[in-house]
Order: sequence, then structure tokens, then C-alpha cells
Amino acid sequence: MADKPSDRNEKSGMSRRKFIKNSGLVAGGVVGGGLFGGLFTNQLQKKEPVTPHGNTNGELQDARVSINRAEDFAILSAATERIFPKDDLGPGAIELGVPYFIDKQLAGEWGVNAKEYMKGPFITNIQAAGTHNDERDQDSQGPNSATQVPIPTPRYQSILNRSEIFTLGLRKIDQVAQEDFGARFVELSPDKQDEVLRMFDEDKVEMKGVGSANFFHLLQQTTIEGAYADPVYGGNKDMMGWKMKEYPGPRASYLDKIEEKEFIKMEPISLRNYQGH
Amino acid sequence: MVVKLDKVDVVVVGTGWAGGVVSAELSKAGYKVVALERGKNVNRDDYIGVKDELRYTNRYEMMQNLDPETITSRNYLDETALPVRTRKEMMVGTDLGGGSVHWAGATYRWKPYDFEIKSKTIERYGKDKIPEGMTIQDWGITYDEMEKYYDRWEKTAGISGEPDPIGDKRSSDYPNPPMKESPAVGLFMETTKKMGYHPYRVPAGNLSQAYTNPDGEKINQCMFCSFCTQYGCDFGAKSDPLVTVIPTAMKTGNFEARTGAYVKRVLYKSGKATGVLYIDKMTGVEYEQPATVVVLAAFTFTNNRLLLLSGIGEPYNPKTKKGVIGRNFNGQFGITFLGARGYFKDKKFNYYMGAGALGGTLSDFAGDNFDHSKLNFINGGGIELRQYGDGAIATNHVPKGTPNWGPEFKKNSIYYANRSLVAWYTMATMSYWHNFTDLDPTYTDSYNDPLLRITYKYTDQDRVMAKFGIEKSREIMEEMGADIVDEDEIPHEFNHVYNGGHYAGGVIMGADPATSAVNNYLQMWDVDNLFVVGGSAFPQFAGHHPTATIGALGYRASEGIEKYLKNGGQLVKGKQESASV
Ligand SMILES: Cc1cc2nc3c(=O)[nH]c(=O)nc-3n(C[C@H](O)[C@H](O)[C@H](O)COP(=O)(O)OP(=O)(O)OC[C@H]3O[C@@H](n4cnc5c(N)ncnc54)[C@H](O)[C@@H]3O)c2cc1C
Ligand code: SF4
Repeated sequence: MADKPSDRNEKSGMSRRKFIKNSGLVAGGVVGGGLFGGLFTNQLQKKEPVTPHGNTNGELQDARVSINRAEDFAILSAATERIFPKDDLGPGAIELGVPYFIDKQLAGEWGVNAKEYMKGPFITNIQAAGTHNDERDQDSQGPNSATQVPIPTPRYQSILNRSEIFTLGLRKIDQVAQEDFGARFVELSPDKQDEVLRMFDEDKVEMKGVGSANFFHLLQQTTIEGAYADPVYGGNKDMMGWKMKEYPGPRASYLDKIEEKEFIKMEPISLRNYQGH
Repeated sequence: MVVKLDKVDVVVVGTGWAGGVVSAELSKAGYKVVALERGKNVNRDDYIGVKDELRYTNRYEMMQNLDPETITSRNYLDETALPVRTRKEMMVGTDLGGGSVHWAGATYRWKPYDFEIKSKTIERYGKDKIPEGMTIQDWGITYDEMEKYYDRWEKTAGISGEPDPIGDKRSSDYPNPPMKESPAVGLFMETTKKMGYHPYRVPAGNLSQAYTNPDGEKINQCMFCSFCTQYGCDFGAKSDPLVTVIPTAMKTGNFEARTGAYVKRVLYKSGKATGVLYIDKMTGVEYEQPATVVVLAAFTFTNNRLLLLSGIGEPYNPKTKKGVIGRNFNGQFGITFLGARGYFKDKKFNYYMGAGALGGTLSDFAGDNFDHSKLNFINGGGIELRQYGDGAIATNHVPKGTPNWGPEFKKNSIYYANRSLVAWYTMATMSYWHNFTDLDPTYTDSYNDPLLRITYKYTDQDRVMAKFGIEKSREIMEEMGADIVDEDEIPHEFNHVYNGGHYAGGVIMGADPATSAVNNYLQMWDVDNLFVVGGSAFPQFAGHHPTATIGALGYRASEGIEKYLKNGGQLVKGKQESASV
């Protein structure tokens, strides 16, 4: 990438059109739906240009700290938005900050597999690489599965850490888009984007070092996590994910409410409030 | 260089319920006890502000760091086992108090049938009822003998509950009444009662009221905060070693808990354990801790592994079916806890609140409470409806047929976030000759010691019983008025996800030294001063959660260790059982 337009963009309040032209991101200058994904979401989605003084803390956190290429981030944004799209119930992944959430997760302990067993040998035969030695995907079952997000658990046998898997996966998404659908992923219509993602979900794409379904399940898992994890991690912007679900956030006690017959709706509070900062 | 420390009376590896009970009892009796714990030193302050679903439920903050050590896993004898690499596939506790801190608290006694399963099955159904290859066995102890230890542990832990109406003899009531009842739990209770079953409240290690246990430890009342299973309790309201047995041991002045101490070997010379070898993880210095009695209470995996690494006891050989260490590995994972999820179109539950063991249950299909003559399996399990209280990431269940991402997923997952309930079968798993542990030939820990290898596959017994439980759960869900009821699918084969912490066996208890590693005091047959305590002693897994039995075995072992310290020698005379399966 030739330039880093984000700062300038914020400062100058550049118009959407001009920004796109200048950014150098768009091959052939085609402006399509979901084009930039979440890359500069805040700027693009707001009618009013963002001034430096108007920044909230949340927005200052919206910068990449792990995914190097803006292009990869744009693919990530577009993909998460398909997994968790904006609709009349409320915001989608981009507005919730999910791409930034994922970027931050990949930068940390989880992204670099700090607490996972990463010693070789790494067996890459079918038994391991397919990772689903069952005919169908299995949710994690067993005691306490009720509290787990219902996404298939892969048998993780890759030498790659999660951050590396994401980089490979995001670029593979773009490659499949171009080879099979004739355009960059971000330029495809939502329907076509879904088709690409489905190929990953169904493990139909060949990836090096990891099953494409494994990558997709990581993407799917982190998208959901980003929509609903405490806002401290960069997603679930303004607790909008929780509001959609009528989830009240962390609270000390429900002792006086546990027997209540009616559903109790509360304005959510976040970990920051709970810890009493 | 190994630094040799002063000898103590008892060295205990592990500080969960098993190690905690033993430490408290022996230090109270005046013995010098040192407990070694690989994890951090923690207390209640560490759990204030833990109400963070991502960090604890999804990133497994309280589980073992797998970077230095994990297990390997395979289904069949001729396969290459692969390491269980991520914490999503492996839940094992670490830190002071172990997995006994982040447990949920569902607390069941096991049944008379469970302790004498082989004899009682043959007695009622004949020898042919036990299929070939199934290696279940009696424990060498009966429920009646275990009862006082259950009673003692329930009082230490302050369990809140009511007796199972079709349950077994108890010497006293639970020390605390059941927790408050949420509408979801009430619906389960009322419905199953109407169906002719005998529901009762899940006995809970989340306390219904403030309580002082017989050791003088105070446990607070549970707040239904919902950040419970996989979390430590910041209110001191969950029955765990940090608020009970560990402070009890500390108060005696005879106890020291050394954290960051990773035990590598049991030291062994001429038929006796002489102590343990451990490494201080902060300094890298290796220490020898000599002791009169060595107690392994480091959970199933480590208990198995340390014996195999130390060359103590005869390792089980699946080809000859001889040997004991590693025999009868068993547990509840994957195929257990299957049931049915009900979706309610017009009913909402406050499902964001709850507690680890808030729930209703019934034992009508547990153990041998129902006739198995026409069924293709033995044993059974409880049916439970639990209100753990789910975070927003967890509540993403959608009716079958909904795509698992995209617009329709979003719509349904949000709609049903507070509108679904699950009932499941906490079924038993029987032991087989082909399910066992040994040392992995390839993979090692960060000190280059071999990892423990698990060989485990499901059997028809598992699959048929799971189906039975799923059907019963579905009927209950339908009666409860769910508009959509989805049955869990039965996995064809074990997928190497060690979810939920119910792994057992490998150092099993029995009456015959040829088929068991420890006697009914958890004392090794081969080594009089070595006691191996915990789920590792289960010869097979009953149809209920394990921890009450682990706590009770802790008291049983403590009694044995005291006897040994006074008189020495083998506490039980081994019996040779006739035909083994
Ligand atoms: C999420 C979850 C929920 C659960 N809920 C329930 C429930 O509702 N009901 C129920 O009955 N059971 C439940 N369980 C199971 C329960 O946690 C265990 O049965 C119980 O904690 C076992 O106690 P223990 O003392 O044997 O082992 P732990 O409590 O795990 O203690 C073992 C200790 O040994 C230490 N250790 C291991 N290896 C070494 C070594 N080499 N050197 C030094 N120290 C070592 C560990 O760090 C650990 O602290 C749950 C488990 C999990 C994971
Ligand atoms: S639900 Fe109760 S026992 Fe569990 S963590 Fe909260 S207050 Fe503690």
C-alpha cells in the first residue's frame, strides 16, 4: 500500500468519493457494495466527517494492530459482515467493531497460540488435516457444552498459529473469489460472497497447512465473539450486541430476581462498570 | 543439581478437592503436610471482576496452560495418537484449588449399584448381560461403607439440596436447603412430576444460604451471578477448596502449599515411595521432597502419568490384558450429556441469570433404577435441566435447519436467545479393555518427558444408551411445551474433545490386585506408603457427576493414611477374584 490514508482522512474529513479514489485500494475504481468492508467504517458510514475532537475512546481503538495489509482487513470485514449482517434488528459485524476485535485477538495470547501445545511433529495426513474424523460437524458436546458457543470444534493439528491461519485464509478467500467468481471478494455481491464462504464452511477449498473449514470455523467463532464479548475487547460496540439480545452484562447479583416469572429487561452494563472504574 | 529438602510426614501432589481434603485432615491430625501445586497461588481476590465471558468461557482462562504439557489421544490401538493441542479441546484445572474451583457444583452421590456393578448386574440379569470386552468391576467398597464419607464431604462443602425421592439411604439431610427455584427449573420439576417421574433439585455446591462448615469455614450465599462454571466465585459462595479445606489446613500451622511446583516423578526405592521430585517453575531449580507418605491427588491425567513415568506398578498391556496402571480409562465426554433442546416461541426465560448447579433432575433412568432386561445396555444416568446462566456469546442456539451463519442465523439466534432450554442425560460410561492410558512414544512435555496417551473409543453400549436418554429428554421437552424440540445427534466416534473435566480411571480401585491398582483406602497394592486419590480410582463412570465421590474418597483416603502412619503396612488384604472378564 502506497499511502496510509486513514489519518489524513480523519483530519481532512475527505469525502467518501475522493477518499476511495485516493486510497489506491480499488482495482479499476469499481465501487461495489461492501467494498471497503470495515476498513474505514466509521468514516464511510457517517454522513458527517469525523473530526479529531469528535472521537470517542471506542473509535480511537479502531486501528489494526496485527493484520498488516489493509486489503486483508477489508476482506475480513466483508466476510464477518456476511456471517453477522446488519439488519432491522440492529448492527452487523462491521458496525459492532468485529473486524477490529478479531485483529486484536490475533495479536494476543490466543492469536499466537501461547497456551496451546505447539510441539511437533505435526501430522498432516487426512486423519489430522481433515480434522473432522466424523461424517458431520460436531458441536462441542459433554458437560458444560450448554455454556459454549455452538461451533464445531476442530481437531487442531496445524503447525500454524491462529494469526497465521487468518492471514492465509483471508487471502485464500480473495483467491477463490477471483478464480471462481472473477472479482475481488470485496467487489462481489453479497450472494456471491456467501457462495465463497460456503465453500470454506464445507471444506471444499484446499488450503496449505490447515483445513479450510477449520479456518472458517475460527472466523465464524470470532465473529460471534466479537459481536457479544465485553466491549473492552473492541467489538460489541456500545454494547449494541447485548442490547439486541436483551443481555444485561456482568452483574453482581440476581438473588432478588431469580424467581421472577416475567422476563426482565435491563440496560446493559459492561465490565468497566462492574469493576467500578 | 537436585536440592534435597527436609523430610515431612505427607507430601500431597495437587490442591483440588482430593488433595485439599487429605491435606486438611492430616494437618488437623497433627502431621506435617506439604502440598505441591503446579499452578499459581490464588485466592478470592483473583476472582473479583472475572465476569468476562470471552476470557473465561471462550479462552479458558482457568484451564491448564497446554504449552508445556498436554495429552495425546486416539481411538484405536493401531492409530498414531495426536496431541490435544488447544484449550477448546481440553478442560483441566490448574492453580491453587485446581479444577475444583471452576467446577459448576452439581453434586451427586453415586448409587449402591455403581459400587457393586458387576455383581449386581449378574445377580439381576445373569452373566450374559455384560458384553464381551466390557471390563466393569466392583470397587471393593459398598455404598453403605461410603455413606459416612459422602456425608462428611457434603457438610464440609455445605451442599444445598433435597434428597432424591427414589434415592439411597442417607445418615442425614443435606446441610443446606435447595437453592431458590427459577421458573425454567420450576417448569421442569412440575412437568416431570406430572409425567410420573420423581424430580428433585440438583444438589448444589452453590450455597442457598450463608453457612459455617464443621471446620469453622464460612461459605456465603450464592448470588446467581451466572459467571460460575469455568469461573472462580468472587463471593466465596461456591463450595471449593479455597474457602474450605485449604484454609482449614492453613489454620493448623502444619501445612504448607507450594505453588509453581511441577511434580515430575514419584521417587521410589525398594518397594517404598521416598518422596517426589519437582521443579520450581519460577527458578528452574529441581527439588526432592522426601516424605513418609506420598499422596497423588493431581487429577486423573497426572495421577496416571506420574506412576507410568516413575515406573511404579505394572503398566496395563491391552494385548495381554495384564497389568493395572492405565487400565479402564473412562469418563463422561462427547457422547454423554446429550439430550434435547426446546425452543419456546412465546415464552422467555431470564436465562442470563443462574448458577452452576441451579437445576432440576430425576433419577428414574439412573443406575439400575429401571429394568434393563429388554434394553441393550446396562446402567443409566440422571436427566437434568440446568440454569447455568449463559453469557451472550453462549446463547447462540438455533433450531435445526437454520443455517449456522448469515441473516437467518442472526435473526433466530437473537430471537431464541432467551427462549431455549435443554434437558440432557448424564449417562454412565462403562469400561472396556480397549480404553486405557499409557505413555506416548513421540510427544513430550517441555522437560522432554513423554506425554500421557489416551486410547478411547465409543461402543454400542454408549450409543444405545445415549439414544435412550435423548428420547427421554425429548419427551420431557415436548411436555414442557417447547414449540420446536431438537434432538442432539449421537457422535459416531469420540472426537478427542475432552470437555467438562469428567475423566477417570487408570489407577482404579478394587478388591483384586490383579485388576486394580489401589485398595479401598486408595493405597497402592504394590507400594504401602503411596496413595492415589481422585477420579483416577473409578473403575467405570456412574451416571452422575463425579466430584462428591472424589471428595468422599478424599476422606476415605485420609482415614487410611492416618492408619498407615500409625501402624504401617497394607491396610487391606487383596482377594483373588475368580473369572475376570
Ligand atoms: C468446567 C467444569 C465444570 C465442572 N462441573 C462439575 C460439576 O458440576 N459437578 C461435578 O461433580 N464435577 C464437575 N467438574 C469436575 C470437577 O472439576 C472435578 O471432578 C474435580 O475438580 C476433581 O478434583 P481433583 O481434586 O481430583 O482435581 P483438581 O481439582 O483438578 O486438582 C488437581 C490439581 O493437581 C494439580 N496438578 C496436576 N498435575 C500436577 C503436577 N504434575 N504437579 C503439581 N501439581 C499438579 C493441578 O494443577 C490441580 O490443581 C467440572 C469440571 C470442569 C472442568
Ligand atoms: S453463581 Fe453463585 S456460586 Fe456461582 S460464582 Fe456466582 S455467586 Fe458464586
